[in-house]
Amino acid sequence: METVTLTIKKAPTLYLEAEATTPDALAGKSLDQIRALPVYMGNEEFTLGEFFEIAGAPGATAADTRVVVKGDVSRVKYLGMKMSAGELVIESNADMYVGAWMTGGTITAKGNVDSFAGTGMKGGELTIMGNAGNYIGSAYRGDWRGMQGGRIRVKGNVGSDTGYFMNGGEIVIEGNADVHVGTHAEGGKIVIKGNAKSRLGGQMVEGTIVLLGTVDVMMPGFKYVRDEEIEVDGEKMTLSLYVGDLGERHRKRKGEPIYGKLYLRPVKAGEDAAAREARLARAREAKKARFAPPEGSASA
Amino acid sequence: MAEYLIKNGFVFDPVTGVKGDKKDIAVKDGKIVDSVSSSAKVYDASGKTVMAGAVEVHAHVAGPKVNEGRNYRPEDKLFGTRAGVNGMRTTGGFSIPTTFKTGYAYAQMGYTVVMEAAMPPLYARHVHEEIRDTPIIDEGAFPVFGNNWFVLEYLKNNELENTAAYISWLLRATKGYAVKVVNPGGTEAWAWGLNCLSVNDPVPYFDITPAQIVKGLIEANEYLGLPHSMHIHANNLGNPGNYTTTLDTFRLNEGFKANNRFGREQTMHHTHVQFHSYGGDNWGNFESKSDAIMDYVNAHPNLTIDTGNVTLDETTTMTADGPFEHHLTELNHLKWANVDVELETAAGIVPYVYSPDIKVCAIQWAIGLELALLAKDPMRCFITTDHPNAGPFTRYPRIIKWLMSKEAREERLTTFKHADKVISATHLHGLDRELSFYEIAQMTRAGPAKALGLMGTYGGLAPGMDADVVVYDINPEASFTPDQIEQAFTAAALVIKTGVPVVENGVVINNGNKRTLWVDAKVNENPQVLRDVEEKFLKYYSVSLNNYEVKGGHYIPNPYAIEVDATQ
Ligand SMILES: [Zn+2]
Repeated sequence: METVTLTIKKAPTLYLEAEATTPDALAGKSLDQIRALPVYMGNEEFTLGEFFEIAGAPGATAADTRVVVKGDVSRVKYLGMKMSAGELVIESNADMYVGAWMTGGTITAKGNVDSFAGTGMKGGELTIMGNAGNYIGSAYRGDWRGMQGGRIRVKGNVGSDTGYFMNGGEIVIEGNADVHVGTHAEGGKIVIKGNAKSRLGGQMVEGTIVLLGTVDVMMPGFKYVRDEEIEVDGEKMTLSLYVGDLGERHRKRKGEPIYGKLYLRPVKAGEDAAAREARLARAREAKKARFAPPEGSASA
Repeated sequence: MAEYLIKNGFVFDPVTGVKGDKKDIAVKDGKIVDSVSSSAKVYDASGKTVMAGAVEVHAHVAGPKVNEGRNYRPEDKLFGTRAGVNGMRTTGGFSIPTTFKTGYAYAQMGYTVVMEAAMPPLYARHVHEEIRDTPIIDEGAFPVFGNNWFVLEYLKNNELENTAAYISWLLRATKGYAVKVVNPGGTEAWAWGLNCLSVNDPVPYFDITPAQIVKGLIEANEYLGLPHSMHIHANNLGNPGNYTTTLDTFRLNEGFKANNRFGREQTMHHTHVQFHSYGGDNWGNFESKSDAIMDYVNAHPNLTIDTGNVTLDETTTMTADGPFEHHLTELNHLKWANVDVELETAAGIVPYVYSPDIKVCAIQWAIGLELALLAKDPMRCFITTDHPNAGPFTRYPRIIKWLMSKEAREERLTTFKHADKVISATHLHGLDRELSFYEIAQMTRAGPAKALGLMGTYGGLAPGMDADVVVYDINPEASFTPDQIEQAFTAAALVIKTGVPVVENGVVINNGNKRTLWVDAKVNENPQVLRDVEEKFLKYYSVSLNNYEVKGGHYIPNPYAIEVDATQ
């Protein structure tokens, strides 16, 4: 495998759109051809060579090419977009759409990445050593085709709307997840090893969410079925299975509806149920206060 | 003013009856003329095909539902946005292109006039603002009448003159071009959660049937002598077995004779007939009934149709047939937009993927082609995709390829995932006909122009007509591959629109001199209709009359009004 190194030499004044940084875009090209590849900032077109120092040599094919991006690319978007093979290493933080629509190969982002990483991803592996923003492994705005295949691993935390409209593949989050996980999902698997906030599996049709930490608020549309032993990220464990979202449409197999699956740590009977009841009571009180009729009004 | 001479091309023009002869076409001051002076700019069209500008009879290209489609489908623009070149504007969108792309892409294919097929009267101002922002092509818009409360009430009481006076009033208020009917009665029924699936299903509350609505509007249309006929999308669209509803609808047109000064001969135009030619009674035994449909069409000269070809793309369906869109979203589970337009109509939008791997989609594709190939009179059968419902209009060159080349369509037909089942449910495999360039000119130029009452202006190359001239880079006398047909029709070598070169070598070079067509039909003063209009606006409408009417200037900077006198 041959390596091309792209070292950013000037920070873009706006944001740079640099999808021509994949092994696919660079394979088989001379360094001069690589320098001449287009990048975009605002509504203007520039060359890759104007922003990056380019060294090394690409392989003949994408599969033979490793691309290493050095320097602060926190204002560079679309790194690894639509990549099909080979390797991409991003040494610092990166902006949005890392690995979006990728179909193969591996991407390692050593820092944090902004939102929309792995949008519409179909294959390959995307590893983020730091934190990721919102909408990882999701669908593009308006689209119903989120992550379809491949694997995303985030060592840190993720923002909101992970796996929005996810249809396949696997996302493993080693840290915590913000609100909305697997919304509208119709397949795939999301593992959260840390804690979640709320709205796990809202409008979920099919697919699996596994949460090993705590959840602040459960969706009302999930019901407990049984405890099951399953494999989570290579480790066997017994978890409680809830199915939902009961308010959504579901396919049937042999007359039985197929639900989305949500696995949580089994709770000691009584303990958490009481805590949940107390929280719901507090929420009801808060709501009542908010919608209370004004003083002296005639309503009952 | 400017003079042009398009020399030595192979000319196909049904209006003058020229079938591929080598001829020069002369243009002066925006008109086709017999000859020009020696100072005329000469275009060498030798070895190329020359036709008049093409005429779009039915597409959804402007207005609130098109724009809502753009709004709720950002993914339709994903990866497709292109920067403007030659001073042109940025373009984007595939099935619901920007207004700029709409104008440019039609012009690049050689289209010079386009009819927006469903204008909700209440939102006519929006329709016209989008038309204004669509460069190059002349456009008109058809207001929808088939579920309008005024029409339902007048027709229920058999008040022909009042119906005609209301049509005249609404065409003027909305700057509309023709009487469009979508799922007559069914869209109003949808406001009650119901539908009309046959021509005899009564409309709730109004107690009138689709049959009465259709016949009444044909009669009123001919009473007025409008340039175009009543233009219908019948009941029961898209359902297995619906061809009988279509034939029932056709039969409502029997006995009517065209009354107009424009040379139009039909009294009913039925649109996107592909969606209305289905046999079987479920999706499993779904099959083509194009033969029964075309037997009827071929035998009835007072009827014209357009095809509504499925192009096998991912697209956006949108129609004033509100109940149908609800039915569709229940089938494909994709996002649904729906709106009720007060006293007038409704609309729905759902994305749709016509996959070659799905048997029903492949059968729909075959039916669209069969209709054109079974048409005995190409002057009465026009090529459309009901853009964007069966596919985007930018696929016309591909449809022309399939119609002109059995080899090309067999290649598609025999490689479907369910090819055997598709072949046995359709007639396409047995059809050897390959349309000629002349027949394509009939189906895309002279035919639709005549049906729209525009045969003196568009769709032909006779002296005195508007100088809309197109040169395609394909030699009809040499051998060419099917793909060369598609390439040639995608990017015309030259397009002259009303005497101005707007496309050269497939590239847009000029924004042209776009006009908005509308019909100004004069009737005797009718105090009752005016009183009814005032009363309904006061009682029901969310806007006042003053905020309803489409006035000139801002909305229609360059009007082309066609006058009709129905006073007696
Ligand atoms: Zn239509």
